[in-house]
Amino acid sequence: MSKQNPSRETELVRASLKKRYAREQRFQWYGRIAVMLGFVFLFILLADIVTKGSPAFTQQYLKIPVDLSHDALDLGELPNEQELRRGDYSGAIKSSLRDMFPEVKNRSQKKQLYRLVSIGGEYQLRDAVLANPSLFGGPVDVWLLAHSEAASYLKGQISRDTPEIERRVKDLQMDWLDRLQQEGRTESRFNFLFFTSGDSREPELAGIRAALVGSFYTLMVTFLVAFPIGVLAAVYLEEFAPRNRLTDLIEININNLAAVPSIVFGLLGLAVFINFFELPRSAPLVGGIVLSLMTLPTIIITSRAAIGAVSPSIREASMGIGASKLQTVFHHVLPVAMPGILTGSIIGMAQALGESAPLLMIGMVAFIMDVPGGVTDPSTVLPVQIFLWADSPERGFTEKTSAAIMVLMGFLILMNALAIYLRKRFELK
Amino acid sequence: MNSTANAATELAQARVSRESAGLELHSHSGNGNYQTVGEPFTENPKISARNVNVFYDEKQAINDISLDIGRNEVIAMIGPSGCGKSTFLRSLNRMNDIIPICRVKGDIFLEGDDIYGSHQDTVMLRARVGMVFQKPNPFPKTIYENVAYGPRIHGLAHNKAELDEVVEKSLRRASLFDEVKDVLDKPGTGLSGGQQQRLCIARAIAVSPEVILMDEPCSALDPIATARIEELIDELKERYTIAIVTHSMQQAARVSERTAYFHLGKLIEVGHTKQIFTTPRHELTENYITGRFG
Repeated sequence: MSKQNPSRETELVRASLKKRYAREQRFQWYGRIAVMLGFVFLFILLADIVTKGSPAFTQQYLKIPVDLSHDALDLGELPNEQELRRGDYSGAIKSSLRDMFPEVKNRSQKKQLYRLVSIGGEYQLRDAVLANPSLFGGPVDVWLLAHSEAASYLKGQISRDTPEIERRVKDLQMDWLDRLQQEGRTESRFNFLFFTSGDSREPELAGIRAALVGSFYTLMVTFLVAFPIGVLAAVYLEEFAPRNRLTDLIEININNLAAVPSIVFGLLGLAVFINFFELPRSAPLVGGIVLSLMTLPTIIITSRAAIGAVSPSIREASMGIGASKLQTVFHHVLPVAMPGILTGSIIGMAQALGESAPLLMIGMVAFIMDVPGGVTDPSTVLPVQIFLWADSPERGFTEKTSAAIMVLMGFLILMNALAIYLRKRFELK
Repeated sequence: MNSTANAATELAQARVSRESAGLELHSHSGNGNYQTVGEPFTENPKISARNVNVFYDEKQAINDISLDIGRNEVIAMIGPSGCGKSTFLRSLNRMNDIIPICRVKGDIFLEGDDIYGSHQDTVMLRARVGMVFQKPNPFPKTIYENVAYGPRIHGLAHNKAELDEVVEKSLRRASLFDEVKDVLDKPGTGLSGGQQQRLCIARAIAVSPEVILMDEPCSALDPIATARIEELIDELKERYTIAIVTHSMQQAARVSERTAYFHLGKLIEVGHTKQIFTTPRHELTENYITGRFG
C-alpha cells in the first residue's frame, strides 16, 4: 500500500479529537475539585472538633496545704471510720485557702477564692483520708481538682485583655492563680475522670461513662432485637415467600419505613412501650427497641440484597444433591451472603448509635449521674449527652461537647472498621 | 440463510403456542399431534417419560415428549438452543420445581415409581437422580466439604472414618483423587475449571445416585478438560445411568449409546447414536447434524 494523503474523514476525526480530549480533561478536573472540596470540609470539621475538644482530656490540679487536724475537720481527737466520713472537709479546704491568701478579707472576695477549687475537691480529700487515715492530724499538701473556670484560665482559654465584666474569672482570681503557678502549685494531668464518671452539673466533674454504658446497653438491645428479626424476615421474604400482591405490599412498606423520620419511632415507643406496656421510662430497654424498629428496614433491605446476590448456581448445586430448601439457605446461601448482611447490619447499628431524636421522646434525655447497671436502669446515650452538654452555658461544657463528639466518632470508625474486617474475613473463606 | 432460519423458527413457535392452547385436552391421549421417529422406548427402562409437557407461565417449552432411558446407558440429548432439552433434563429430577412459574404435565417414572406423584419427596428423588450443571458450581467450601456435604445431610456415613472413605471413593471415581489428595482442605473454588467440574461429579456420585443428569457439562471447559470428562463418563456408565445434554455433536457421538434429537420443544427422533449420525430418518435431524440448521 502506498502512502496516501489523509482522507477528509481522517481530518474531521482529528479535528474533533482535540475537543473530545479537552472535554474529558475538564470532567476529570470537576471530579478532582469535588473530592478536594469534600476533604477540605471534612478537615475543617475535624480540626474544629479536635481543637475544641482536646483540652477536655486534661484536667488542672492545684496543690493546697490543707490542715487536717481534728479541729479543722470538726471531729473528735480519735475518730473512727464512720466519723472520719462525716468530717468537714469543705471547711478545711476553705480555711486552708484563707491561710494561703491572708489578704482576702471581705465576703465577696472569699467567695471568689473558694471558687478556685472544684466542689468535687472535698470528696476527693475525704476519699484520700479514708484510704490513708495516717493523713489525719497534720497539715498535708494535697493536689485538689481546680474549678472549671480556674482551669480554663490555666489552660489559656481566657485572656486578661477581655474586660473583667465579660469574663467569669475575675482579675483577683487571675492574680491568685498566677501566684500558684509561679510557686509550682499547679499541674495539668490526663482527665481520667472524663471516662470514669457520669454527668455532673460541674464541667470539671462531668464524664461520659454513664452515656457510654447507656449507649452500649441500648445498642445491645437493638442488635439482639433487630438482627435476628431482620435477617430471618429477609430470608423468608427472599427465599420462601410467594410473590403476590401481599408480599409486594410488604416490600413497599419496608422501603417506606426506611424513610420515616426517626422521631416518629420515638413517638411510637412512647405510646406503645411506655404508656401501653408500661416499660420503664428512660431505659435502654425501650430505647433499644425503638432504635431496632428504626434499624429493621435497613437490615432487611441490605440482607435481602445480599441474599438475592448469591449466585443461583450455588442454590442449584445444593438442591441438586438433595438438600432441602432450609438446608440450602442455611448451609450455602447465608454463609455467602453473610458479609453483605453484616455490613448492612453494622451500618444500621452505626446509624442507631448516632441517633438522638427518638430517644428524646422516651425520656432518655434525663440528667443521669449514675452509670446504669442494666437495661432497665435510667440512662442516657452518647448523642443525647452531646445534645445536653451543647445546651449548657458553662464554658467547660463546650470542650466536653467536642470531646464527646470525638469519642462518638471514634466508636463509629471502630464499627465501620469492624464491618470491613468481617467482610474481608468472610470473603476469604 | 440465517434470516430464513429465524423466520422458520418464529413460524414454528407460533404453531407451538397455537397448539398449546388446545393441548391440555389431549395431552394424555398418546403421542399427541406429532410422531417421534425412531425408537424412543426400550425394554425394562430406568426412567420412562410419557407425554411430558412443560410450561413457563403460558409459554410451552416442552411438547408431549415420551422417552425411555435404559439401564446403565448413556443417552445424549442434542438440538438447537431453546429446543427444550435442558428443560426436559431438569424435569427428570424436578429441578424445575425451583422455578415458580414452571408447570410440568405428564408422567415420569423412575423404576416404575411416579416421580411427580403426591407421595414423592424431592429430597429423596434428588438423592437418587443426581445432577451436574453447565457451569462448574462447587460450594465455596473446602474440597473435602464439597464431597462430604451430600453424604452428611443424608446421613449416609455414621462416623468420620466412613465419611473419609466415601469422600475418597467418590473422588477416585471422578478420577480427581490423585490430583487433590494433598489439598483436601483447600477451597474447591480454587481448582481449575476441569477439576471443578470433576469435583461436582464427585459430589454428585458421593450420595450414590442411580441416575446422573449432565447439563452441558463441558461447555465451559477447554478440549483437554473435556476429553477427561468424556473418559470419566465412559467409566461411570458401568455403575450409573447417564443422561447428558450437549451442544457438541462430536461429544454426543463419542460418549453416548443413544441420541435424542429435540427441536422446538418436540422430540423429533431417537435412535442408536451411530444410526442417528449416519442415517437420520427425519429431515430436521439430518439438517441439524449436517450443519444446515441451528
